Amino acid sequence: MRVNHYLEDKLLLFEITEELDHHEVERIRKRADYEIQRVMPKKVIFDFKKVSFMDSAGIGLIVGRYKFANLYGANTELINVNEKVRKIFEMSGVLKIIPIIDNYGSERIG
Amino acid sequence: MNRDIKNEMKIEFSSKSANEAFARISVAAFASQLDPTIEEIADIKTSVSEAVTNSIIHAYPNRDGIVKLSAKLLDDEIEIEVSDTGEGIENIEEAREPLFTTKGNLERSGMGFTIMENFMDKLKVESIVGIGTKVTMIKKIKKNKSLENTY
Ligand SMILES: Nc1ncnc2c1ncn2[C@@H]1O[C@H](COP(=O)(O)OP(=O)(O)O)[C@@H](O)[C@H]1O
Ligand SMILES: [Mg+2]
Repeated sequence: MRVNHYLEDKLLLFEITEELDHHEVERIRKRADYEIQRVMPKKVIFDFKKVSFMDSAGIGLIVGRYKFANLYGANTELINVNEKVRKIFEMSGVLKIIPIIDNYGSERIG
Repeated sequence: MNRDIKNEMKIEFSSKSANEAFARISVAAFASQLDPTIEEIADIKTSVSEAVTNSIIHAYPNRDGIVKLSAKLLDDEIEIEVSDTGEGIENIEEAREPLFTTKGNLERSGMGFTIMENFMDKLKVESIVGIGTKVTMIKKIKKNKSLENTY
């Protein structure tokens, strides 16, 4: 996972590069929570561009980080989510509270 | 239906989370003999990952155990079995419901069985408390895709 912090926007962007299963999620969670606590962002974005695999462990990871970021008043969004991953999120109903943003600002992330 | 088994494989491994990727990649490689689509392979990988993770987390919560994984190739389907000799499931019907989890504290989503059910064509769950759990899944692999793609 690559972490990008945009100070001016109080934005924390996590670019996930791992396959999102239970094994990897355990490690990503610790790193993400550490950064959220340190930065206290207003917004958290998870970039799924490099995620080639996700199972239900990914749902737990994202919902957990949404809750944690929420303690600091931050909202959470997802970008570059492929069809397969989108379907898994849809089944769980979490997209109602954690939206997927299509066509996210290409001027910043390209 | 043709129940002739064309090929078969079995592996056993320790209930370590590092084996989740190993398990799904092994089954995907084995299934490739049936010439599945990328979509079909993705469905199989996700479902195997769910079943194996369940054995690792829920069957053996505080100890190491053995997870067994086997697959059979039939004419136009793959049958996959994941089993453990762990805790077992008290109420299978309840466990299969979307969002049901006994490990909410570990950030489990309770969507494992729902995903297996959606991504595979058949899902059977057998379990006895204190004895173990066996999950059997079948995925149909559409045949003659190459003919369809020939104009
Ligand atoms: N192999 C297993 N051994 C014991 N209990 C299991 C097993 N697989 C599933 N379960 C039980 O079924 C519940 C639902 O499983 P699942 O849908 O995969 O959700 P999750 O893994 O997120 O809890 C689990 O919380 C657990 O109580
Ligand atoms: Mg599960």
